[in-house]
Amino acid sequence: MKRAVCFIRAGSSETEFIMSESLRFHFDVNGQSFTSAGQASVQVKKNLRELGIPAEAIRRVSIAMYEGEINMVIHAHGGEADVIVYEDRIVIILNDHGPGIPNIELAMKEGYSTAPDNIRSLGFGAGMGLPNMKRYTDDMKIETELGKGTCITMTVKF
Amino acid sequence: MKISDIKALLNADVVCGEENLGHDVFSACGSDMMSDVLAYVKDQAVLLTGLVNSQVIRTAEMMDMVCIVFVRSKKPTADMIELARESGIVLMTTEKRMYEACGLLYKSGLVGNGVHHE
Repeated sequence: MKRAVCFIRAGSSETEFIMSESLRFHFDVNGQSFTSAGQASVQVKKNLRELGIPAEAIRRVSIAMYEGEINMVIHAHGGEADVIVYEDRIVIILNDHGPGIPNIELAMKEGYSTAPDNIRSLGFGAGMGLPNMKRYTDDMKIETELGKGTCITMTVKF
Repeated sequence: MKISDIKALLNADVVCGEENLGHDVFSACGSDMMSDVLAYVKDQAVLLTGLVNSQVIRTAEMMDMVCIVFVRSKKPTADMIELARESGIVLMTTEKRMYEACGLLYKSGLVGNGVHHE
C-alpha cells in the first residue's frame, strides 16, 4: 500500500496528508480563540482546489465545515476535524469533547441558538449553523452524549 | 459592473487588492450577520458589512466572494487585511451607511440575485 505523510503547519492547526486509498486531512481546532476559528476550513478549501475537486463541491464542503468549526469554538472549546477525500465524495468528521446537544431536533430548527450574546455581536449565533450544514451536504449524522461531546459526520458527493 | 465602479459609486477607499479592481461582479449582499450570509446568500460576489473581525474575511472566502465593502467608515484590522491579501479579496471602506451604500449599488445594476434556500 502506498503511503506518504507530510505535515504542514498553518497557525495553530496541523494538517496531515495520508495517501493510501483515500486522502485525509487532520486538524486540531483551537477552542480558545474565536479569531482563529475557520483556519482549518480555509486550509481544506486550498487543499481541495489543489486536488482539482469540482468548485461546487469545494464550496459546499467549505461552508459546512466552516459552520461546524465555528460551532466547535463557540460551544465545545474546540475539537478535531478530519476531512477524507474519496474518488466520488468528501467526508467531514467533526469531533468535540464539549457539553453535547441536549435536544437535536431543537438544535436543527432554524433560528434556535444557545450562543451567548457576545457571539451574536461577532456576527454568529443566529441559529443557522446546523441547518446550514445539513443544507449544504448530502448526508449529515449527529452523535452526541451529554457531558461527553458530539461527533458530526457529513458527506458531500460529487 | 467592475469593482472599480463600486469604489467610484461609494466614494470608497481601497484598503487592499487594488490589482483586482478590474474584476467584473454581478451581485452583492449587505449584512452584519455572517450566519445569515452563510445561510442565505448564493453566488454573490460583493459583501457590504459594518462588522469588523477576521470571520468577515473567512466568511467571504468560504462564499467565493471577491470584494468586501466596510460601511460607516469601519476600518479592517491588520490581521484582516493580511487574510484578505492571502485570498485575493478586495477590501474597501466607505463613509456611507449600509442602506445608502446598498441602494446606490442596486440602483446602478448590482442586484441581490435572490437567496439560496431549498
